[in-house]
Amino acid sequence: MLEVTELWPPIRLTLELAAITTVLLLLLGTPIAWWLARSTARWKEVVAAVVALPLVLPPTVLGFYLLIALGPDGPGGWIAGLFGGRSLAFTFEGLVIGSVFYSMPFVVQPIRNAFEAFGDRPLEVAATLRAAPWDSFWTVAVPLARPGFVTGAVLGFAHTVGEFGVVLMIGGNIPGETKVLSVAIFEHVETLRWAEAHILAGGLLVFAFAVILTMMLLQRRMARLEP
Amino acid sequence: MRRARLQGRIWRVDGFRAALWLLAGLLLSGPLANGACAGDVRIAVAANFTQAAREIGAAFQAATGNRPIFSFGSTGQLYAQITQDAPFEVFLAADQARPRKAVENGLALGDSRFTYATGKITLFSKMRDLVAGEATLRDGRFTRLAIANPDTAPYGAAAVAAIKALGLYQALKPKIVQGNNIAQTYQFVATGNAELGFVALSQVIDKAGGSRWAVPEHLYRPIAQDAVLTRRGADSETARAFLVFLRGPEARAVKEKYGYGAGD
Repeated sequence: MLEVTELWPPIRLTLELAAITTVLLLLLGTPIAWWLARSTARWKEVVAAVVALPLVLPPTVLGFYLLIALGPDGPGGWIAGLFGGRSLAFTFEGLVIGSVFYSMPFVVQPIRNAFEAFGDRPLEVAATLRAAPWDSFWTVAVPLARPGFVTGAVLGFAHTVGEFGVVLMIGGNIPGETKVLSVAIFEHVETLRWAEAHILAGGLLVFAFAVILTMMLLQRRMARLEP
Repeated sequence: MRRARLQGRIWRVDGFRAALWLLAGLLLSGPLANGACAGDVRIAVAANFTQAAREIGAAFQAATGNRPIFSFGSTGQLYAQITQDAPFEVFLAADQARPRKAVENGLALGDSRFTYATGKITLFSKMRDLVAGEATLRDGRFTRLAIANPDTAPYGAAAVAAIKALGLYQALKPKIVQGNNIAQTYQFVATGNAELGFVALSQVIDKAGGSRWAVPEHLYRPIAQDAVLTRRGADSETARAFLVFLRGPEARAVKEKYGYGAGD
């Protein structure tokens, strides 16, 4: 009846997807957040709004556009063609691309806020001490913005774990490749295998609670550590 | 001091999000107020029958003035919802097993069950020269073959049966992608993300172009689709009238147009 070994592959796949997505988002999101925080360009809020779109859009909108963009007539198909494929839909790589868009605001926003929070002063001081911009970014800005990075990474990871609609639309339910946790739960519910659904859903519930609690405690501790 | 300000900012994004939710709620409250009223009938329909149900529904409304409200999904999905007391009065499944099970579990009325259509599967591709009979499956010169989830969608189970009858299941398994229902399966093929897929004949019968193979009936059992009146619809005159209409000549013409056998 209840196959515990069947429960593991979707969990592992989900953790892999979330980990890779989080690393990519920290790499991509940091320069975006930096630019949004420091730039004086008038249209920067337009860029900020684009980054924040997934907060508002239903995953079906993103899923629909991704399905077309990843397909043989879109850029995804072109990229897949370089590696002998014809579509990035139904692939792990396709899910990573979708997740990066989907979780982007949850990483960029906290980092941007953190960059903005310490103001111009520390960087000006660094400049008068003859620190090159690149230097002061790594030795002044990043350490000062650490709480933002922690919050962004945790939220980005957790939000990717919780992703469902986009994956359902571009995944194709392939075990070990695109059948992530949320999709596995959906399928268990649909096929009335509620014992499995309960285990996975309960696990996610505990996970989500632990993530949020940890983050709140972390923030409190960091607030107390610094004057 | 600085930390407190930072914390405030981190959480401000959530305040913004809450405001957007409120706005979305206001925009949504319009359609929600426009609910069902007497004379309406809520019908759960397996995805393969979507087009036919819409046409039959329009004819039913024209004939009786009663409005059918359709919800489309995979048979398994709809059945799971019915077990949780979903407000459907009629259930048009894509198999016989779920309506039978609904009757056994006291969720539907046994004497109302009948076969309203028998469906067929077709191997379909958007590309003109790709599908040329079972040889296409044997050659395997494609990267993705779409089917519906065989656990929830009877059309997916029929596709698996046909593939197994050809002895190709192990060979094709790595190329299979699953749609949540037959509508999503067709969408995978229509967007070209999968080169070909097993879809319902009814979905492609009115589509010109592409290439297709009507899967011969010795490879799978044509899909007998049962309708049943649910417990929710037991007292609804409209629901019973719809089931009568579904067996009538007008409905039969629509079913034929979409390539279905007429059933009982």
